[in-house]
Amino acid sequence: MKTGSKFRRYVLMGPGLTWLAVFLVVPCGLVFTYSFFERGLYGGIDYLFTFENYTRAIDPLYLKIFLQSLKIATMTTVLALLLGYPAAYFIARAPRSRQNIYLILAILPFWSNYLIRTYAWIVMLNREGLINRVLEGAGMIDEPLPLLYNEFSIIVGLLYAYLPFMILSLYASIARLGSELGEASTDLGGNALKTFLGVTLPLTLPGIGAGCVFVFVLSIGNFITPELLGGGKYIMIGNLIYDQFLSARDWPFGASLAFILIGIMMALLFMQAMLVNRYSGGSNRA
Amino acid sequence: MRESLLHRRILGAHTGLIYLFLYGPIAVLIGLSFNKSGMPTAWGGFTLHWYAALVDNEVILNSVRNTLIVAVVSTALATVIGTLLALGIEQGRRNGFLEAFVFTPMIIPDIVLAIALLSFFTTLKVTLGLHSIILAHVVFNIAFVCAVVRTRLKHFDYSVIEASIDLGASQMGTFWRITLPMIFPGVLAGALLAFTLSVDEFIIAFFTAGAGPSSTTFPMQVYSMIRFGVSPEVNAIATIVLGVSFTLILISQRLGKGVTP
Repeated sequence: MKTGSKFRRYVLMGPGLTWLAVFLVVPCGLVFTYSFFERGLYGGIDYLFTFENYTRAIDPLYLKIFLQSLKIATMTTVLALLLGYPAAYFIARAPRSRQNIYLILAILPFWSNYLIRTYAWIVMLNREGLINRVLEGAGMIDEPLPLLYNEFSIIVGLLYAYLPFMILSLYASIARLGSELGEASTDLGGNALKTFLGVTLPLTLPGIGAGCVFVFVLSIGNFITPELLGGGKYIMIGNLIYDQFLSARDWPFGASLAFILIGIMMALLFMQAMLVNRYSGGSNRA
Repeated sequence: MRESLLHRRILGAHTGLIYLFLYGPIAVLIGLSFNKSGMPTAWGGFTLHWYAALVDNEVILNSVRNTLIVAVVSTALATVIGTLLALGIEQGRRNGFLEAFVFTPMIIPDIVLAIALLSFFTTLKVTLGLHSIILAHVVFNIAFVCAVVRTRLKHFDYSVIEASIDLGASQMGTFWRITLPMIFPGVLAGALLAFTLSVDEFIIAFFTAGAGPSSTTFPMQVYSMIRFGVSPEVNAIATIVLGVSFTLILISQRLGKGVTP
């Protein structure tokens, strides 16, 4: 039942929509326009129209960073899925009373400070860090392994940050499935593997899609993790954008990079929405 | 029991390892913060020294003060604006575009919002400081408050409002006496979430703060300390922050329970 008149609704939504218009839409629009202007001599902006900022992004130097970011985000996503699925499955099939506790435990770290969580991995992975200490103590290595400031540490950091998110979205779709379908399949003679591949996996695809898209999107746009665990080298798009704004002072180029990033994200979110539509449309009819 | 016991055991062991992965590093940090030697190298005995050192650190205390100002003001603003927005959205016909729009601040990469706001403020020649961080934080906080309050409104029985109006109560009276008390747990949960997010937020604050210690927030301070690597002070800070945020989240979880009975 809806009671509000149209006028009342707009009064209620007025402040919020205005705030978002002024501090979200206008700034983003502004940066979008900047991405088509030339860089000024002293770091300002020359209002001359150009596509050069976008063509520059495919210069091998920058293309490499894009590909590197794609690679890191993809590996993080795949690992999160492979590690998260069995855990989400376990939680979803646990006795009802325990599901909530397991789930809160899995998500709790996700809500704590991101910097601190990233820092925790500097403590774990550095040359004097816990992992190297333990391995040395056990006599398994003679000198510390270079665990920190490389691609490996970035992926570990991102995985650590976003695995809870993956588990949450997988859990939602596995729990909805119920165990009856799987039981029906095994009753009809399907073995465990067949049941999983033929029934469980396809029916949880929307959850897999949502989890993967979000982990990927959050990873590829990340700035803190590559900065702190990557050792300050140019590694991902986020750092490149940061640098264009705060060090290189080439705002138009930074702006174009930001919009390429948004473009990649929107394409993925759109694909995910299509996937959800297709599947939920199917199950509604059933 | 259809699934074999073995399968469940393997899944259980795997899930256990996942929890170890999630909580191990946190546990190590907390342990180290009480370590006299301050380094993971060896256990030098229990101490509260690193915590005591924080209390005397004027720079850190100042940044905490700044963060509290930003978080309190932006939470207050966003809670009011976001709740009204949620009421407005839920009272109308479903509008996919509107919903997606309100959802945007939650998914836009922080770095993009950060540079957009920096460009915006610079173009308008707005001096940067705590006020510009507050304006920026309200943007994403509105979205989160609105989302939380909306889940509460999904189960809202609008006939109560009609009954109140039919019985002669004014719109305003109905809002204060009926609507607000009923959605209050949701509003409070949203406010807590907004507060937590604002206290933790780093990138957007970093870009919209301008230079100087007068607008350095706590996460900015932590970031600059972390860049120099592992230090016992940071371990102590980390432990406090983890404790506070876990407590806040658990409280907010409790409040949120009212949403789906």
